[in-house]
Order: sequence, then C-alpha cells, then structure tokens
Amino acid sequence: MSSALRSFASRFPSGRRASAALHRLALAGACTLAAVTVLFGVGIARAADDIGPPEKDQLKLGFIKLTDMAPLAIAYEKGYFEDEGLYVTLEAQANWKVVLDGVIEGRLDGAHMLAGQPIAATIGFGTKADIITPFSMDLNGNAVTVSNTVWEAMKKNLKTGADGKPVHPISAAALKPVVEAYAANGKPFNMAMVFPVSTHNYELRYWLAAGGLHPGFYDPAHGETAGQKSAQVLLSVTPPPQMPATLEAGTIYGYCVGEPWNQQAVFKGIGVPVITDDEIWHNNPEKVFGVTAEFARQYPNTTLRLTRALIRAAMWLDANNNANRVEAVKILSQPNYVGADPQVIRNSMTGTFEYEKGDKRSVPDFNVFFRYNATYPYYSDAVWYLTQMRRWGQIGEDKPDSWYDETAKKVYRADLYAKAAKSLIAQGKAKASDFPEFASETGYRPPSKEFIDGIEYDGHKPNAYINSMPIGLKAGQKP
Amino acid sequence: MTTLVTLHMSPTLSAKVKQWLRMLLQEVAIPLLGIGCFLLVWAIAANRIDTSLGKFPGPAAAYEQAHNLWNEYREEKQKEKEFYARQAERNAQHLAEDPNFVAKVRPYTGKPTFPSQVVTSLVTVLSGFALALLVGLPTGIAIGLNRMLNSAFNPVIQIFKPVSPLAWLPLVTLVVSSVYTSENPTFSKSYINSLLTVALCSLWPIVINTAVGVASIPQDWVNVSRVLRLGWFTHVRKLVLPAAVPAIFTGMRLALGVAWMVLIAAEMLAQNPGLGKFVWDEFQNGSTNSLGRIMVAVLAIGLIGFLLDRSMLQLQRWLSWDKASASR
Repeated sequence: MSSALRSFASRFPSGRRASAALHRLALAGACTLAAVTVLFGVGIARAADDIGPPEKDQLKLGFIKLTDMAPLAIAYEKGYFEDEGLYVTLEAQANWKVVLDGVIEGRLDGAHMLAGQPIAATIGFGTKADIITPFSMDLNGNAVTVSNTVWEAMKKNLKTGADGKPVHPISAAALKPVVEAYAANGKPFNMAMVFPVSTHNYELRYWLAAGGLHPGFYDPAHGETAGQKSAQVLLSVTPPPQMPATLEAGTIYGYCVGEPWNQQAVFKGIGVPVITDDEIWHNNPEKVFGVTAEFARQYPNTTLRLTRALIRAAMWLDANNNANRVEAVKILSQPNYVGADPQVIRNSMTGTFEYEKGDKRSVPDFNVFFRYNATYPYYSDAVWYLTQMRRWGQIGEDKPDSWYDETAKKVYRADLYAKAAKSLIAQGKAKASDFPEFASETGYRPPSKEFIDGIEYDGHKPNAYINSMPIGLKAGQKP
Repeated sequence: MTTLVTLHMSPTLSAKVKQWLRMLLQEVAIPLLGIGCFLLVWAIAANRIDTSLGKFPGPAAAYEQAHNLWNEYREEKQKEKEFYARQAERNAQHLAEDPNFVAKVRPYTGKPTFPSQVVTSLVTVLSGFALALLVGLPTGIAIGLNRMLNSAFNPVIQIFKPVSPLAWLPLVTLVVSSVYTSENPTFSKSYINSLLTVALCSLWPIVINTAVGVASIPQDWVNVSRVLRLGWFTHVRKLVLPAAVPAIFTGMRLALGVAWMVLIAAEMLAQNPGLGKFVWDEFQNGSTNSLGRIMVAVLAIGLIGFLLDRSMLQLQRWLSWDKASASR
C-alpha cells in the first residue's frame, strides 16, 4: 500500500522551495488523503449528490410530548439532521390541533402527527389541507388507562391466572357492567382520547365495540362533531400531557393515550392501564411525520433528506435489540422533549409495562421504531384508518374500494420513502435487508386477523371489512 | 451600645444617628424580617402539601432548581459553541469540494434556556406596552379635551376594558395568521400575537387615565390659555400635558402591570415563547422537578413585575412635577 502510494505520489510535480524531506512527507500525507477519498469518499459524494443540497435548510418541526416523538429528538441529538445539511429546531406544541394548523399555515415545516391527521385533512374531515407523509414514525405505544375506582369495579369481572394476576388481554366486556351501573344511576361514563382522528380514538372505539360497548357515531352533516350520537361511553378530546391531571380531577374515568402518560398514572397512583394498543391490534401503525404536499413539491430534496435523517434515527432506536433505548430515555426526559421523569419513560421504552402497581409485564414491542418495517408508510395502514372513519360516521357516505386505495396513495408517499431508503443503502448507511423489497412491494400488508376480536382485515377490501363489524355503520347506513 | 455612643456626641449628631438607625430598621431590617417570615411559612406549608408529583416545592427545592436552570443555561451555551464549530467545519468541507459553494451561517437550533425566555418575555411586554402608549396617549388626550368625543368613546372603552386577554387571543391569532403573511418575516407570528394581545389589554388604563388627567385641568389654567390666546398645539404642549402628567403616569404604571400579567397568560395559552410557555411546558412535563422549576418561574415573574413597576416609578419621579403622586 505505502509503496503504491509513493509511486503514485512521485508522479506529482514537486514544489520549488520546500525542503525535499518535508515536502515528501507532506505529499505522502496529501496523497493518502486523496487515495482514501478515491476509495471511499467518492461513493459518499456521489450518493449525496443524487439528492442534491436541501432547498430549505432552516426548519422548524413540531411535536407533542410523547415518547414516540423519539425519532425527531434522536435525529437532532445524534446530528443526523446536520449530516443532511439541515438546521432543525424542534418545538413542543400544545395539542394536535395546534400541530396540524401549524403545518398547514407554515408556522411549522413538518411535524410529528397522528396517523389519521394527514388522511383526515386530505379528505376534508375537520380542516381541509393536502398533507402527506413520507415516513411512519412507530408502531404501537398506546394504552387504555382507567381510574382506580373503575378498575376496582372492573376487577370483579376479570379472570385471574395461576399467578393471581388478571389474565390479559382484558376485554371491554369487563367494563360493560360498570358502564351500565353508571347509566342506571343516571351518570354519563366519560372517557378521553387525544383527537377526533387520532389512532387513540379508533383504538379505544375498537376495544369498546369489541367488548359490546357503543362509543357513539359522528354525524358532521347534522352538526354532531363530538362523536357521541347513540353512545354508551362518551368520548372527548384531552391533550396527551393533561390526561393524568384530568383523570385526577375526576372529569373522565379513563383514557387512551401514548406513553409516558399511562405509566405516569401508575406512578402517581391515580389510575391503572388495562390494555395496550398492541393487544387491540398487533403492531398497529401509530404516528407519522407529516408535511404539506406543497412543501414536498417545493422542497423535494429537503423532504428526502428529512426522511433519511428520520430513518437513521429510527434505526438507531431499535439497533442491537433496543440497546440504545436507555440512552434514548435520558434524552427524552430532558424538559424540552418529553420532560417526564426518566423512570416513567424508561418502563415502556425498554420493554416493560406496569399495569396495576407492581404488576410489571414484559412488553418488548411496546414501542417499535424500526423493525417490522415500522417506518415504511403502508397504504393498507391508511386504508384501515379510512375504514374506521367510515365505521364511526366521520365519512358520511359509502365510497368504492378504489377510492380507499387512491386516497391512501395520495397521502402515504411510499415512493419518497423508497428514494430516501435507497440512497441510504447506496451510501452504506443502511442495509437493503432492513427495508421491504422495494421492487416488488405493493404497499399492502397481507390480510391479518391479529385484532382483539379476531376479525380479518384485508386492505384491498375495505367495504367488506366495514360490513364485517358487529357495531358500527355498514354499507348504505347513515349515522 | 447606642447610649454609650450618644454620650460622647453632640445632641444634633446623636439625633441624626438615631434617625439613621430608625431608617435602617424600617427600610432594611423590617423588610428582611418580613421576607424571612415568608420563607419560613412557605417552607412549613410546602412540607405539608402533598401533590401527585411529590411534595410542594419549598425554598430549598426552588433554590436547587434555580441552580439547575443556571447550569442548563451554561450547558446550552457550550452546545451552541460546538454547533457553530461543526457548522464552520461543514462549510469549510463544502467549500473544499465545491469552490463555488456560498457558505451560509445558520443560527443555533437548540432549545431556549430560562434566561433567554426571560429576555423574550421582557422584549415582548415592552414592545406591546410601547404600542399601547403610541395609540393610547393621543386617544386619551383627544377624548379628554373634547366632551363629544368622550361621550362617543366612553361606552366602547368601558365595554372593552374588562375583556380578558384570553378572549382576545384567538381573534388576534387568527387575524395575524391571515394578515401577516410573508416568506421571510422579520418578526415571528408568535411575537406579533403576544405583542398585540398585550397592547389590546394595556391600552385601556392608559386611555382612561390620560383622558381623566386631561379633562381635570383646573379651569383657571384653561382661562389663562384663553387669555394668552395660545394655539391648540401650544395649549396641549404647555398646559394640558404637564397638567395631566401625574394621571398619565398612574395610567402607565397600571398598564405596565396589566401588560406583564397578560403576557404570561398569553404565552401560556398560545404557546408563544417566553416565561408563560416555560411554566406551561413544565406543567405538562409533570416530572418531579417540574413544580420546583415552576416555582422559580413564579418568583422570577414576580421579581420582574416588581422591577418594571419600580422603573416606571423612577421615570415618573424624573419626569413628573407632582412628586407626591410618585411616592409609592
């Protein structure tokens, strides 16, 4: 190697004034550098050039204080944004409405969003705006928590295992007698979720309905936008970080929210988580990274570079069987990110979940950031959310199967994801085996029965799926 | 001890010493005692209040968090330095690869620290207050001089005066976001929102007090002005304004107090950067340190409010002829 280098170096003309020895030394050094650049550097330079410099490099991204904002925090703290030439400021937002409005009006360039938000905005339920997502942020990560009083009442209806602990998953059927008792006393049974089009709303509704409890219909055509028409359990909106305080105040008897706000209820001794969303729908898609369609059109390189940085952050979070999660917890507990105590965040992030105080169970996939293709924006995931919007009346009339497919493809930009991932593979920053086989991937997951009620979901047949639900609107029905 | 000293002093000197001692007692010792009592009561009470986030923070916890906030500020400064170093390095590398590359220096992207949030809040409150002055003083003078205008404006003023900032805020936010649109705004929207909300709420004390001050000029003075056939502008400048200065300052002091309170509420609700947002963020964090950090912010808010009021008073002492009205 060194002799090759020297002969390589000897081809260069020598300088005039420097002493021969010093000159040789300097030249050898320069050539080593040049050789290294030739061997390894060009690949990097060329792959980076594939995308080109970001059109907009000063960005403000919004997030809600939840552990699943982790890819953003990690991409910032580990310098992945800076590696892409992006100068990103992360800013906590008050609630999901503020997040969405911020992105629409351009106060934020992009944000941590609920999977349902870009979809609902695109079809015009709530605020109408074209929002796209090139990156799905995580799987799972939510749970349903009830107050201590409700838990005591529910507990009588639960089977206990050999270890004396309740058998999981807990069906909402155990909650049904409690709700009926409240109704008999003329008391409404209030529960909270975080946003009308949040994954939590659909998961909570799915769980309640699977247990025989009606969560109520939306009927925007007739002014019913609270989603409480013919409801047995009245659901309302509360921002995630305020969930524990609202439960403590007695305004609600339970809620569905992301972490750390379920574990905090346990930690504060004010409530008991009863079921995780992974048990309601195994490996369900949770948050997405959303930007406006206009942003992606105007700043294509910036969008791809953001996606690249986020993919790398997600890889870091799941690398070596969650080995980095302890460090992630430390970062997330900083007041400017999630800000809760490290021991509260640690539980779910490192794969344990505490239900009733002392009832700690191992839930290794409570938060999935990268494995199982968690970050790939599957069209079938978008279609599932659309089916639930139809099921609960947020979509007022029947739509053909083709509409579901078209809408999903408009919002979930798997093409952008594939481009970003391929450039990472080309640079050697990721392996092709980490991703779906892009050449053959249809964007639809195979049909699955991994729901709490075992009903099969096939993304290609949304209308048939909607009709297979015992509670909820079916073809031709209006709320 | 004092008696010993006084024995050897002339009567006038001993009286002076006595007076000085009394002043020391009244101005320093008694206030210190008051603060001491407060700290004691605070510490004892805090120890007895249990929240779901642990004990209510006492003086020790607040001190500890103040110290932490200071350390975080220093750490952030260090990070900022490293950020610029990395950026310079990256720009140099770019330049080496591509000689046509035009290096841009991007400002630091890290989190706002406690001191920087204090500065943000101060800048916002002062600019909102300045805007209120700019609008409120001329309006107040006009209303005070003219009975008709007074009758016309009075109902409007009386209706808007008691409106809480929280009611204005959504309107201001929506109007600002639709009217104030530009690719590269000089001021952030959140700053404009807070500024306008502060101005809208602190406007009324200024208008009302100015109007009252102007309207209550002694009739004799007005007569003098008539006799001297002063022009309208000279009349305002030489007579009206000096006469109304004490009332105007009372209005300004009230307004600045209102402005500061309003700002904290506005920042909290609209998530505009500043002390209010700091408090809200910490409330949402719900960590065991949160209450202590909020307590630090509460003390800082109080202290700054106090200093703002004192500086207004000092200004009044310099500018107003009526020293009696500027005594407390």
